[in-house]
Amino acid sequence: MYSFNYSKPDTIEAAREMMRSAEDGIYLAGGQTLIPAMKQRLSAPTDVIDLSSIGELTDIDVSDGRVRLGALVKHADVAGSDAVRSAIPALADLAAGIGDAQVRNRGTIGGSVANNDPAADYPAALLGLGASVHTDQRQIPADDFFVGLFETALEEGEIITQVAFPVPDRAAYAKFPNPASRYATVGVFIGVRDGVTRVAVTGAAPCAFRSAEIEAALNAEISARSLDGITIGADDLNNDIHASAEYRAHLVTVMAKRAVTALPK
Amino acid sequence: MSETEISTIGRSVLRKEDHRFITGNGRFTDDINLPGQTYAVFVRSPLPHAEVRAVDTSEAEAAAGVVAVLTGADLAQDELGGLPCGWMITSKDGSEMKQPLHPVMAVDKVNYLGEPVAIVIAETLLEARNAAETVQVDYRELDAVVGADKAQSALQIHAEAPANTCYEWELGEREATEAAFEQASHITSLDLHNNRLIPNAIEPRAAIADYQPGTEELTLYTTSQNPHLARLILAAFVQIAPEHKLRVVSPDVGGGFGSKIMVYSEETATAWACMRIGRPVKWCADRSEAFLADAHGRDHFSHVELALDDEGTFLGLRVKTIANMGAYLSSFASSVPTYLYGTLLAGQYKTPAIYVEVDAVFTNTAPVDAYRGAGRPEASFLIERITTMAAREMDIDPAELRRRNFIQPEDFPYQTPVALEYDTGNYGVSLDKALEMSGYAEFSARQQQSVSSGKLRGIGISCYIEACGIAPSQVAGSLGAGVGLWESGEIRVNPTGNVTVLTGSHSHGQGHETTFAQLVAARFGIPIDDVQVVHGDTARLDFGMGTYGSRSIAVGGSALSVAADKIITKGCKIAAHLMETEAENIDFDQGEFKVSSSNLSKTFQEVAFAAYVPHDYPLDELEPGLTEKAFYDPANFTYPAGCHICEVEIDPDTGCVEIVNFTAVDDFGRIINPMIVEGQVHGGLAQGIGQALLENCVYDDTGQLLTGSYMDYCMPRADDLPSFNVDLTETPCTHNPLGVKGCGEAGAIGSPPAVINAITHAIGIPHMDMPATAEKVWRAIQEKRGA
Ligand SMILES: Cc1cc2nc3c(=O)[nH]c(=O)nc-3n(C[C@H](O)[C@H](O)[C@H](O)COP(=O)(O)OP(=O)(O)OC[C@H]3O[C@@H](n4cnc5c(N)ncnc54)[C@H](O)[C@@H]3O)c2cc1C
Repeated sequence: MYSFNYSKPDTIEAAREMMRSAEDGIYLAGGQTLIPAMKQRLSAPTDVIDLSSIGELTDIDVSDGRVRLGALVKHADVAGSDAVRSAIPALADLAAGIGDAQVRNRGTIGGSVANNDPAADYPAALLGLGASVHTDQRQIPADDFFVGLFETALEEGEIITQVAFPVPDRAAYAKFPNPASRYATVGVFIGVRDGVTRVAVTGAAPCAFRSAEIEAALNAEISARSLDGITIGADDLNNDIHASAEYRAHLVTVMAKRAVTALPK
Repeated sequence: MSETEISTIGRSVLRKEDHRFITGNGRFTDDINLPGQTYAVFVRSPLPHAEVRAVDTSEAEAAAGVVAVLTGADLAQDELGGLPCGWMITSKDGSEMKQPLHPVMAVDKVNYLGEPVAIVIAETLLEARNAAETVQVDYRELDAVVGADKAQSALQIHAEAPANTCYEWELGEREATEAAFEQASHITSLDLHNNRLIPNAIEPRAAIADYQPGTEELTLYTTSQNPHLARLILAAFVQIAPEHKLRVVSPDVGGGFGSKIMVYSEETATAWACMRIGRPVKWCADRSEAFLADAHGRDHFSHVELALDDEGTFLGLRVKTIANMGAYLSSFASSVPTYLYGTLLAGQYKTPAIYVEVDAVFTNTAPVDAYRGAGRPEASFLIERITTMAAREMDIDPAELRRRNFIQPEDFPYQTPVALEYDTGNYGVSLDKALEMSGYAEFSARQQQSVSSGKLRGIGISCYIEACGIAPSQVAGSLGAGVGLWESGEIRVNPTGNVTVLTGSHSHGQGHETTFAQLVAARFGIPIDDVQVVHGDTARLDFGMGTYGSRSIAVGGSALSVAADKIITKGCKIAAHLMETEAENIDFDQGEFKVSSSNLSKTFQEVAFAAYVPHDYPLDELEPGLTEKAFYDPANFTYPAGCHICEVEIDPDTGCVEIVNFTAVDDFGRIINPMIVEGQVHGGLAQGIGQALLENCVYDDTGQLLTGSYMDYCMPRADDLPSFNVDLTETPCTHNPLGVKGCGEAGAIGSPPAVINAITHAIGIPHMDMPATAEKVWRAIQEKRGA
């Protein structure tokens, strides 16, 4: 780790101001991605602006058919929240399956979403549930938020304040973890609301995406059987020592079937 | 003294050392801080193979806080030697193995990724790190070779080693084996790669060196499995300091698995730099450095053939192996694929003719050396795989084929065709017990159940043998060993009757402080808390050979047993004097010296006191004091053996393998602490299963390490493993005083073939290389179904 200036503002405005005046600033949330990168000197900010004192970012609110999670809500809080679990059990389960206990006790939804790791779990939930990302500037629908490999629609200095999920009728997440990192080799999130099924895939490609083929099949009939014969093209999928593109393509349909089977009745 | 106070052999006494560890009172190398200490960081090669044209340290030297920047050229100037390999192997043609100079830091060429090029020493770790980044090295990149199978036709790495070949070794009888194959009615053959592993001890390597100019004494605190050997090598070969002025201390050490046997560049450079700058220097590896620069394990390519008659009797075994040595010969690298591998190829079987050839090759990868099992896992994998394959090809139950070929109890001592003479064993008993514990006979019912829920199920057997406590010194010496293979033990009975035990073996997790205390306490009939075990400091005990090859109890424990005998012999003489009789009339039992056929007795403590306060003492015949030591050189290896049975269920949709049952029945001879033994078995099984399913060191074709962190190198975790089903059988070792054999490596040796035998059984294929990842398994199922 290189030396850096550390600050811990109490308000969003102060954080933005610090970011503006920093030479090369970065926000710190749970630090589970940022700190390892800094320790390995892959990331070398001049200023680290710790968001953890901004109280309003830690709220969990379930009302009016929406689950609203403050950007600093930790994975363990989502996994352990009765309100979240009764509204969207799949979301609580997804959070419970992230990393290990230490990571879940520090890592935040805002950090995960801002980072947009291709193998992260939350992006699948946001896409699969049609969530929106609230920032200090605007609201961004999930479909527009995840742009590419580690790339989002966030502008320079923009702060995620909240992620809002419409409560679905039914939802489920099936994850095939990378045995080493336990991130998703492939994860498929299915959300059904008002008769419309959304299917989001993470881990398989450089960025989480919705699968039009699987959505079409499930919009015709929600059953694992309706996915028989669907094959996902491997061309644009990730290919690494852990899984070939072809295997990932295969896992997408397997995990999609498992998610369908896991949908609450 | 109550019964519970007296420890006895065979009881699961809780580990004495654990209180210290779980309360954070362990003292590891990084816990040691010395006044005025500096911090070292290494500049490492970012390329696997390159000429070093220039190293410019000027910017680093001028950087804040920097004390010194030293390079390979500085080492050469001080005329320091290279790092030696301690076992000379002779090739088939009679020539000696090629041992290229292994410089402590590279001078004009780097040969593997992460090879140290310079050491930067600064007032703080941060300053050292920052300065290290400014060292400019001008490299001219060369083609790199990674795979051992490609090494012999790749760009030559060392001038001394044409075709990148270190040696071409053979063992066994070629003609007899060829004749056996000519008579065979069935031949099974197999090509395999025994995957490369990275050891991953929980505590990375570390060193802190301290030089006292007044006495010219250099002390090196370091994470060594064998501090005396480290001292010997640093003194005699590297010539950092003479042996009597060099003290090596291995305080608490967090795991080794072989990787801390070796004398490495970093610890050596740290010690040398300390003398150069005249201040203490500390270096602690971070995890990334451990991945790059700890000696790796395994990495064999092998072709194996087994010849059988039509009854399934083994007639001959033929093996050709190419073993990856990495870029340089690490401390004991050359012995691993030879004397710890070729000699084990008889396994548990009466194969009359065996011939093995091993080519050891250099590649542009980290050096490869001993890792839990060292050679024996590679041997057992190959034997137990080919045996199961042959059984399936011949439609004989794999358990039955093994039974037909076992060396029988009446055959011991049994001379194998590959040099070793097994002293004892009873392989049928462990097989039977394991078959019963694993429910082998009822397997097909369970398989049916799996099939009906869309899963595949398989069961695999492995009947392994290993050789522990490498010995005897004279034989090992004649085969190329550069060191003796005895162990020392010293028992100091203090005037108050408690006991200080000094052992030359080293505990880095094995629980010596308990097992050895138990051994001595039981022998003297004193409470275990009256025994303190000391190890890991060249200043506190004469000499020791350290811990590796599951040798501690068999060799180190035996040394203590001999020393204890000497204490009792002397104690009897003292007691005889005190009770006015002859020593022959004294029986020592349960802590008391008793005069036979009388009720006179003296306690152990009374005799100890008399030895140090010799007011009433046979001073004309005996010296005062009650301290004895022994150097024990074993007559033979010990031969632990056993049977592991693995049962797996496979999800054909994903290829995920679940181990649903794992049975291990091991014969370790006499057991001193069953809990510690079981713990060793569990740990070994975790590593063996890790190798079979998860762990794999991968360099890409250009020599970059793709598995340089836990994000990519998959260590087994608790939830990857089943609850193990373990038990023991016992045929005591016939040639050491304790009847013990050693248990540290068996789990890692026996389990990998059991796992692969189970997976190949479930899928119905002949072979799968390790690790059997989900994708590999899924592909095999697809191919099988397509076929
Ligand atoms: C061992 C390990 C295992 C893991 N396993 C998984 C897994 O299985 N699945 C998974 O999904 N993830 C996994 N993670 C990642 C984990 O979920 C991280 O917590 C997450 O990616 C980042 O969240 P954080 O709060 O730690 O963010 P930080 O590390 O603090 O920040 C990450 C990035 O987001 C930015 N950022 C943070 N908060 C905001 C905000 N409010 N507005 C704008 N930008 C912001 C930061 O500036 C930084 O660039 C794992 C991590 C580790 C270390």
